[in-house]
Amino acid sequence: MSATATPLPATTEMRPGAEVVLRALTEQGVEVIFGYPGGAVLPLYDALFQQNSIRHILVRHEQAAVHAAEGYARSTGKVGVVLVTSGPGATNAVTGLVDALMDSIPIICLTGQVPTHLIGNDAFQEADTTGITRPATKHNYLVKRSEDLAGVVHDAFYVARSGRPGPVVIDLPKDILIKPAPYTPAPTVPHRSYRPVTQPDQARILEAVRLLKRSARPVVYSGGGVINSGPEASRLLTEFVRMTGFPCTNTLMGLGAFPSSDPQFIGMLGMHGTYEANLVMHGCDVMLNMGARFDDRITGRLDAFSQGSRKIHCDIDPSSINKNVKVDVPIVGDAGNILAAMIECWKQDDTPVNKEAQTAWWRQIDQWRKQDCLAYVQQGKIIKPQHAVKRLFEITQELGRETFISTEVGQHQMWAAQYFGFDKPNRWMTSGGLGTMGYGLPAAMGVQIAHPDALCIDIAGEASILMNIQEMGTLAQYRLPVKVFILNNEYMGMVRQWQELLHGSRYSESYSAALPDFVKLAESFHAKGLRATEADQLDDVIREMIAYPGPVIADICVDQKENVFPMIPSGAAHNEMILGVGQQGGVAGVTDEGKVLV
Amino acid sequence: MERTATIAVLVENEAGVLARVIGLFSGRGYNIESLTVAPVDETRSISRITVVTTGTEMIIEQIKAQLDRLVPVHKVSDLTLDGAHLQRELALIKVVGQGEARVEALRLADAFRARVVDATTESFVFEMTGNAEKIDAFCGLMKPLGLAEVCRTGAVAIARGTRAL
Ligand SMILES: Cc1ncc(C[n+]2csc(CCOP(=O)(O)OP(=O)(O)O)c2C)c(N)n1
Ligand SMILES: [Mg+2]
Repeated sequence: MSATATPLPATTEMRPGAEVVLRALTEQGVEVIFGYPGGAVLPLYDALFQQNSIRHILVRHEQAAVHAAEGYARSTGKVGVVLVTSGPGATNAVTGLVDALMDSIPIICLTGQVPTHLIGNDAFQEADTTGITRPATKHNYLVKRSEDLAGVVHDAFYVARSGRPGPVVIDLPKDILIKPAPYTPAPTVPHRSYRPVTQPDQARILEAVRLLKRSARPVVYSGGGVINSGPEASRLLTEFVRMTGFPCTNTLMGLGAFPSSDPQFIGMLGMHGTYEANLVMHGCDVMLNMGARFDDRITGRLDAFSQGSRKIHCDIDPSSINKNVKVDVPIVGDAGNILAAMIECWKQDDTPVNKEAQTAWWRQIDQWRKQDCLAYVQQGKIIKPQHAVKRLFEITQELGRETFISTEVGQHQMWAAQYFGFDKPNRWMTSGGLGTMGYGLPAAMGVQIAHPDALCIDIAGEASILMNIQEMGTLAQYRLPVKVFILNNEYMGMVRQWQELLHGSRYSESYSAALPDFVKLAESFHAKGLRATEADQLDDVIREMIAYPGPVIADICVDQKENVFPMIPSGAAHNEMILGVGQQGGVAGVTDEGKVLV
Repeated sequence: MERTATIAVLVENEAGVLARVIGLFSGRGYNIESLTVAPVDETRSISRITVVTTGTEMIIEQIKAQLDRLVPVHKVSDLTLDGAHLQRELALIKVVGQGEARVEALRLADAFRARVVDATTESFVFEMTGNAEKIDAFCGLMKPLGLAEVCRTGAVAIARGTRAL
């Protein structure tokens, strides 16, 4: 992650705690904070008012502040910073924190707290914030002594961005923000206890490279760890995949680390991954997992997961290794360092490459590709949601603008992953681990703050968007030209899909009744509202949306019955994937054990 | 195949560290058979937690990795795996009774090397250290003789020989 800014000198001068906090943030290179005020953090807001180096973005709900900071962090590689008040401010932020924890996003969340002498008294707007957020963060702090204040802030930044990144909470009692405190610069000595391993073991690298060279049916499966390591890691991944000639698949979190337009890219894998990616995972003999974690969305039924392969697992977090899947070659380290070492070793080592077998492997893969698993038919007036995403992608390609995509959660999220191509890292923000509806709009907001001239689009569902719709106000206030592209199927489509396939088409509570008029809703928030109801309107609406200089909601009314395919039903194996056409309505492969899974 | 593991963890002696460790076990559904904690250096800045747990080899490996990635954790050692170790716990055991039972309790205590640390005409408090099985056995024998109350510290453990954490 990004390095710290220039150190500020220690001073013997005592300054109010709030000023010390801002000084430490400045030293850490913070330029923007997403926040919402309240009684307990008024001293910090007062200090913010009296300075110019840190910009504050006023959100409309604390959950959105965290998602905005996540969007900011994911699109820049920097730490995202959040400021909320005590009690409800902190509890509202919890969903965002868990989201950042699950997706390993570096966040600092400053929470106000009642003064130290009132802690434990059930004081007004008191909540046990460190207690509540302990399992929701990578680490948290309650500052009880002024002399610890600056040190804790520096420590928090180190923890948030080192090793596997994550969210960190600093709980700040009001008296600590007011009382004079000393300033100490960021330490230059190693951390007392937290020192994650980032350099890989060379012997393991050699073992991995030899295994890969001798393999007949190799695959590179890469995830969010490569993105988190920084753009250099994605460059190295691309170099490595091209020099080896291996097929490469990305997880939902890893999209963009390897160019989707590259012929060696076989698509996303997992529950809604491509036919070829999942069959490659199923049939490979050596698997190189680079910065992914064998999540259940990826593996499907564990005891049937890629039974015939030797597995190399590279992860910066040792607890990810052998958690779900037993591996043969574990490599702990930073993805960038590991890839650099592997490239070097690949060049040095003279183990012959099993070219012949690998050529046959590609012939097999090309056979699977012929299945054309993402094909759909756009016929007549009704807009297919896949088509809407595909056209959005093609038109943005045509325009050649720097484009960032965020999503909400549901079918539209999967279609976005399937039909929008990413050739660069940090362009794709989606809630992977937690699957948080309401993520996309505030995340896009954070991206737009970091990249004012870029095109930032939230591909949304009509249900999800309502979960943080209040952020349209933030877009208006800061003139953020975020585009909300709603695939409006009038259903919680992903819920409806599971009900259709697993619960006898009993659509219990999954219809999006009483929807607002999104065009009018946009207008009431000082944004532009557009709508496409028929296929021939689609391109015009997309072009108008992009051309408009301010925020837009584009309500794209799509086919209500469409499902996301391919699909590996929960509890099924990779080779038990359903491809859709002709297979809809009842899923054969789902066992009772599968039904209990989410 | 499940096994028992005695894991020693050196941590920063700071607020909330025990809650982090316990939260990790409950949140991820791991077992805690016993857990002890106290500061162990002269400045009281480092604490040692000894936790006895059970699980499959994969789970125990997970527990250790999960403990190790907690920010205030310095070191994690699986004493069960890392070679021979000593394991002790302290128990205070109250036995209430009169007559023959009382005499018998005292005789057995002597055989188990339990010390009498408090006595009235109708009761004893025995102090005993040993491994868990020994304490279990003694408590079992005291049951018919008027066992009234037991308190135990949980295990502490250290490697044999020159190895140090
Ligand atoms: C906060 C939250 N609540 C509930 C869910 C469960 N959930 C997953 S997808 C989904 C439906 C989303 O509907 P919509 O936004 O319209 O997207 P679609 O699937 O129709 O594209 C629901 C309710 C969730 N992921 N997040
Ligand atoms: Mg919908």
